[in-house]
Amino acid sequence: MSLLLALGVGVLTGTGVYLLLRARSFDTILGLTLLSYAVNLFIFLMGRIKVGAPPIVRKGMAATLEHYADPLPQALVLTAIVIGFGMTALLLAIALRARAETGSDHVDGAEGESRENGV
Amino acid sequence: MVSDPNFLEHAIVAPVVLPLLAGAALVPIEGRWPRLASALSLATVLALLALGTALAAHADTGAVEAYLLGNWPAPFGIALALDRLSALMLVLTALVALGAALYARDGEESRGAHFHALLQFQLMGLNGAFLTADLFNLFVFFEVLLIASYGLLLHGGGPRRVKAAIHYVAFNLTGSALFLIAVALLYGLTGTLNMADLAERVTRLPAEDAVLLKTAALLLLVVFSVKAALLPLYFWLPDTYSAAAAPVAALFAIMTKVGVYAIARVYTLVFGDAGGAAAQVAQPWLPWLAMGTLLLAAQGVLAASRLRVLVAYLVVASAGTLLLALGLGTAQTVGAGLFYLINSTLAAAALFLLIDRIGAARGDADDALTAAPMDSGRGQLGTAYFVLAIAVAGLPPLAGFLGKALLLKAATASAWPVPVWGVVLVSSFALIVALARAGSVVFWQAGDAADRGNPQAPAAQRAALPVLTLLVVAIAALAGPLADYTQAAARQLFERRAYIDAVLGKPPAAPLWNPREGLIK
Repeated sequence: MSLLLALGVGVLTGTGVYLLLRARSFDTILGLTLLSYAVNLFIFLMGRIKVGAPPIVRKGMAATLEHYADPLPQALVLTAIVIGFGMTALLLAIALRARAETGSDHVDGAEGESRENGV
Repeated sequence: MVSDPNFLEHAIVAPVVLPLLAGAALVPIEGRWPRLASALSLATVLALLALGTALAAHADTGAVEAYLLGNWPAPFGIALALDRLSALMLVLTALVALGAALYARDGEESRGAHFHALLQFQLMGLNGAFLTADLFNLFVFFEVLLIASYGLLLHGGGPRRVKAAIHYVAFNLTGSALFLIAVALLYGLTGTLNMADLAERVTRLPAEDAVLLKTAALLLLVVFSVKAALLPLYFWLPDTYSAAAAPVAALFAIMTKVGVYAIARVYTLVFGDAGGAAAQVAQPWLPWLAMGTLLLAAQGVLAASRLRVLVAYLVVASAGTLLLALGLGTAQTVGAGLFYLINSTLAAAALFLLIDRIGAARGDADDALTAAPMDSGRGQLGTAYFVLAIAVAGLPPLAGFLGKALLLKAATASAWPVPVWGVVLVSSFALIVALARAGSVVFWQAGDAADRGNPQAPAAQRAALPVLTLLVVAIAALAGPLADYTQAAARQLFERRAYIDAVLGKPPAAPLWNPREGLIK
């Protein structure tokens, strides 16, 4: 179970970084999405893997992490998902705008000519 | 009012709540009643300034005040904490925002939607980042200020801004992903995210976790360096800052300082001398990378062919100087760095506004570093340029000089005084040469143009530049008390005990109401 999840994080991160470094804005966005999946899974795993344990304290059961799943990483992941999703949507909108304004989906605006004069 | 405990109790959270409410109120107002919206925005900024000053006056007594959000005791809930450094950053943010809001009035605000709402949300993120005592909350406030900054950068539109925004957003999203990995790693190791609690727990970590702890600490350094513009990670800054509209770029001058603040806070409180396996983990890296940043930024200033790019590199240079001061890692150097921070932030913000005025006066030549006739205000703009160039390059009698002199004096006691003196002096010389050359090209090599009949800039817009310029001069006049304050702030930063005790020892307020008994007398 641990190995499988760790491999999942690793593969997602690797693919994400590879795509992130490509020159097309769509690839970059896809890379960032995969990277944020990897990060979300990683945060979740940092609460330790636990199956069939409730995250809320019950009567008559000692309030230690032996009996419960850690609820905090789940809350953190929720925040991270919301922010990551919103940011991806924004970047998508900016990329579409850039495609419309520069006529290219290259991250530098246009093929070949990468920088404006003097910058 | 300041000493009233009830005022203080909730005044700490006000710099976050006030811009949030103002920003939310501005969203429906701004489209319909733009005059009202900009007045409301300005009033909020002035209120933040007053609040920041009151909080700074309280922080200057030396007390660290904690605020428990939702009345949850630390480390279970999110805590805010106010000390001298946080209060200083709050005041500085409000001052820069005042310049930006004034300058945008009747100008930038009418070139797109929701300028003032975005400005307020950015202020909320900045103030929150300066106040929070929780690492995940710091991430959230980073995101708040970044989201607002994406909107502000794109304000007004145009291919140049859109292009810069793609790089800027993608780069910062990657930074956020790394931030989350570091935070999750720290949580997995220590089981806490409260910075005060974290500071205590890293010392008690078993030896086999040392590598992971160091990894997390250095990942955090990378993330903060992205924001602060440290050497291999500053390449986004010149493009972004030079593409942004003038009031936005001025506001962004404080944004790099968030990274500097975060490094100052985390690498003294958590990974400082008592950081367990990760004690002083940033020490081998920071000074050298900062010196590299400073040298490359000086090159950038010399090589810039447009004024906006030149000022953007000045921002990088000031970040380099600040990180050098932090990297040297004594209370004296950090105090000198904080004093330099006040001056360099305000001067950079004022310069961005000034260049916009110069560009407007030169018509099509805009901010290119070529001789082009100016149609109005050459004397005024030239004087402002002269004052600000002196302040930012670090020449006497203004505060940039005092900041650098304090830093050099404090650096003599460090491990490597010779490289520090060499790099700071050489880069300052390069800055002086570049600024003198730019000034003589812009103001002396071309005469006055025939009046193009441009309408005069609105009063508020004309007022913004003198306000910031006078502030820069005022820092030099008030150098004594300000330097005392920043030195005290730096000492407080290194005495971590008071901060930890204030946050962890803060008792939750007694409840006023409870569901069974109703109102408690």
